[in-house]
Amino acid sequence: MTSPKMPEPYAEVLERREQIVADLRDIVSGEGVVDATNEMRAFETDGLTAYRQLPLVVVLPQTVEQVSSILRYCHENKIRVVPRGSGTSLSGGALPLEDAVLLVMSRFNRVLDIDYPNRVAVVQPGVTNLGITNAVAGKGFYYAPDPSSQIACSIGGNVAENAGGVHCLKYGLTTNNVLGVQMVLITGEVIRLGGRHLDSTGYDLLGLITGSEGLLAVVTEVTVRILQKPETARAILIGFASSEDAGQCVADVIGAGIIPGGIEMMDRLAIQAAEDFVHAGYPLGVEALLIVELDGPEAEVAFLISRVVEIANHNGATMSRISTSEEERQTFWAGRKAAFPAIGRISPDYYCMDGTIPRKALPKVLAGMRAMSEKYGLAVANVFHAGDGNLHPLILYDANKPGELQKAEDFGSDILRLCVEVGGVLTGEHGVGVEKRDLMPAMFSKDDLDQQIRVKCAFDDLHLLNPGKVFPELRNCAEMGRMHISRGQLPFPDIPRF
Amino acid sequence: MADNTQNPALHPRDEKDVLDAVQWAISERTPIEVRGHGSKQTIGRPMQVAHCLDLSGLTGVTLYEPEELVLTAKAGTALDEIEALLAKNNQELQFEPMDYRPLLGLNSAGRGTIGGVLATNLSGPRRLKAGAARDHVLGIRAVTGRGDLIKSGGRVVKNVTGYDLSRGLSGSWGTLAAFTELTFKVMPRAETQETLVVSNLDDAEAGDVMARAMGSNAEVSSAAHLPESVAAKFLDGGLPEGAATVLRVEGFAPSVDYRLGKLIEAFSPMGECHRLNAQSTRVLWQEIRDVKPFSDDTERVVWRVSVAPGDGHKLVASLRLHAGIDAYYDWQGGLVWLRMEADGEADLVRASIRALGSGHATMIRASGSMRNEYPVFEPQEAPLAALTRRLKQQFDPEFILNPGRMGIEL
Repeated sequence: MTSPKMPEPYAEVLERREQIVADLRDIVSGEGVVDATNEMRAFETDGLTAYRQLPLVVVLPQTVEQVSSILRYCHENKIRVVPRGSGTSLSGGALPLEDAVLLVMSRFNRVLDIDYPNRVAVVQPGVTNLGITNAVAGKGFYYAPDPSSQIACSIGGNVAENAGGVHCLKYGLTTNNVLGVQMVLITGEVIRLGGRHLDSTGYDLLGLITGSEGLLAVVTEVTVRILQKPETARAILIGFASSEDAGQCVADVIGAGIIPGGIEMMDRLAIQAAEDFVHAGYPLGVEALLIVELDGPEAEVAFLISRVVEIANHNGATMSRISTSEEERQTFWAGRKAAFPAIGRISPDYYCMDGTIPRKALPKVLAGMRAMSEKYGLAVANVFHAGDGNLHPLILYDANKPGELQKAEDFGSDILRLCVEVGGVLTGEHGVGVEKRDLMPAMFSKDDLDQQIRVKCAFDDLHLLNPGKVFPELRNCAEMGRMHISRGQLPFPDIPRF
Repeated sequence: MADNTQNPALHPRDEKDVLDAVQWAISERTPIEVRGHGSKQTIGRPMQVAHCLDLSGLTGVTLYEPEELVLTAKAGTALDEIEALLAKNNQELQFEPMDYRPLLGLNSAGRGTIGGVLATNLSGPRRLKAGAARDHVLGIRAVTGRGDLIKSGGRVVKNVTGYDLSRGLSGSWGTLAAFTELTFKVMPRAETQETLVVSNLDDAEAGDVMARAMGSNAEVSSAAHLPESVAAKFLDGGLPEGAATVLRVEGFAPSVDYRLGKLIEAFSPMGECHRLNAQSTRVLWQEIRDVKPFSDDTERVVWRVSVAPGDGHKLVASLRLHAGIDAYYDWQGGLVWLRMEADGEADLVRASIRALGSGHATMIRASGSMRNEYPVFEPQEAPLAALTRRLKQQFDPEFILNPGRMGIEL
């Protein structure tokens, strides 16, 4: 198994382990501190199971004061901290470090307030994504971002990763649906950003925190926007003889001014695997399948469905089927949402990628992947958030065959480089984490990355929070802060002035 | 008054010029004002700067792909030009960036640049449903106060690669970096729009009606309340007499018709209901967006207050006990435009907001001396203020870019 190079453990921290455990027990009593190896096993990996590492110790605080005390203690004693929500990260964001305290937020699991007139819910970070929707569903409300792991993933983790889902084009990502957070810095300082009002003041720290992968602060409370459910939602299955036709259909739908609630594409291998697993009624003789969901008032949905079917037919659709009931709509989605486990049934292992590309580059990227698939001798299935260009190639491999994991990882890196080459990005919603850390220079220059690290330095100048994630190297903040000014030496700009 | 108009200006023609100019300013340790059209020039604390970095010559749409819903433009590109281009394809910037000029009494040639849109995180009435500039930016290129050219984000909607500096720089008023190029998500323009007017509600009743409308599935895109004192200023007096609570519905024609019907059914027991057609709707919401009633060619203090929507009317009621004010509400009550009869009173406004528990106020219009004497932007609690200063330090350690505009230490 290949394993990423993580920061060298602090020897003095490893030596002081017993004392650190005892000190943490002074802050969080009883079962809130876990240090037995067999009990820590449950925390040694996250959703990226290829990598495993036991933490120094696991601590599960219950109050903001405890989080603040733990972080202050770790800061004062130069101990690294890895924050963890539900541990569903697909990029190794919650991978423990040998010398780091694993700070597990799962006991922050209460919904604190639901404010329907202002359409917000105030929740603790350990509440699951679906838990928010369940808490407000009785009054017809829901929380819009819906990553496929929504049953398990926590809202705190969603903030850390800026989680997406299948409804992002119309309803936005986590960053567009979070109004405020309370967070604790590594120094133990507690800070509130935003709240129930819409615009926050000062620099947009909320925007920086969202998607910062646990490197800037630990979130202890989240205020999210809740929305009234659309009056109706219906989905259409549309089959095509080629992914090019399907891609053109998506472009034409959006070009016609229609923003579907969700628009997903699957290729032949993914369709076959999902159908065998879930029996969603997917057509098997097609190369590409679109699931298009339209939501809103009944009259609008009926009108738009006929437009979409018309556009699909114009693009050579070989079949289309409109859901006739809520159950059927759910079944259409069940196949898509189970696509990853469905692939898991037909292959001993699979490696899930997460690049985003400009939609029009889809044929080029698919052709590139076919060529790579031949080169590496590994099959690849594709599911695609077609509306927003987020591509999830699933590389099929067998970890028990020597060298196959390495081949799968190389294949994955090649795919991501291709995504960047066509104007896309390394990760659309799964995060950089450990997994894509070393690919960051494919997308960012040294100056780009240095400025991101400087943001990190403003929050955590000792690099104690979640080190080894996101950035290929930890650069010393004091050194990064220096500016080399050569007064009078810079050429005076040859530009029109005064 | 217009600040700093006399400063000699540098006029970069391309990104390299911007980089050269900032590096020159750093080497000379001479602070510069970062400016586009100057359409918001009098917002913020007056600056002590010797030079102006005028980005209005850095123009041009470099990428526009309507089917991909994406547009990239150089930072100095006129917002008007971009909106006109989008309109040709029935698209728009969904967050409806406002025009501050009438309120501020500024006669700048342009309505603002796309760089200024993000630097000030502009939005409009649709903020309530569609967010602000920060919710639509996809990527940026910028020169930091360290004299580095950086990029962040990209041209795709879903992107979590690295820290979100595009959003981090939004609303930073040019105090961290000077944008050189920006990429935004664009969206289809609604086929039509109409407004429901519910007449003669008091502020609290209006708050209730707006909350119910926004909490319904009628997909209301904007909700404002125009008390009697300001209502006649809109549509040249064309609104029905008395206070007007206005709800905008946008979309495909049959859908708009259906949803308005539902709203009328719900709210006709509360007050008389009228419908405004697409043309009047367009004008009305633009006037609400651009603060028409307080665009009075004076320097009377105008606050832009952001509170929980349900708190808007409570704030106004409590202020009325202590000060002469006029006010109206956008964003379901979450945005209060507040005009003061007297100068000063900044502490009163801010104390009243603090009493509500959540929110803040920006002193958008005031004389230069008021803006020197009182913080224009909401003062922050100590740990947040310290974090904010550390962030400034990491972007602009020499205080070269717009020094002091957001506060003495920024």
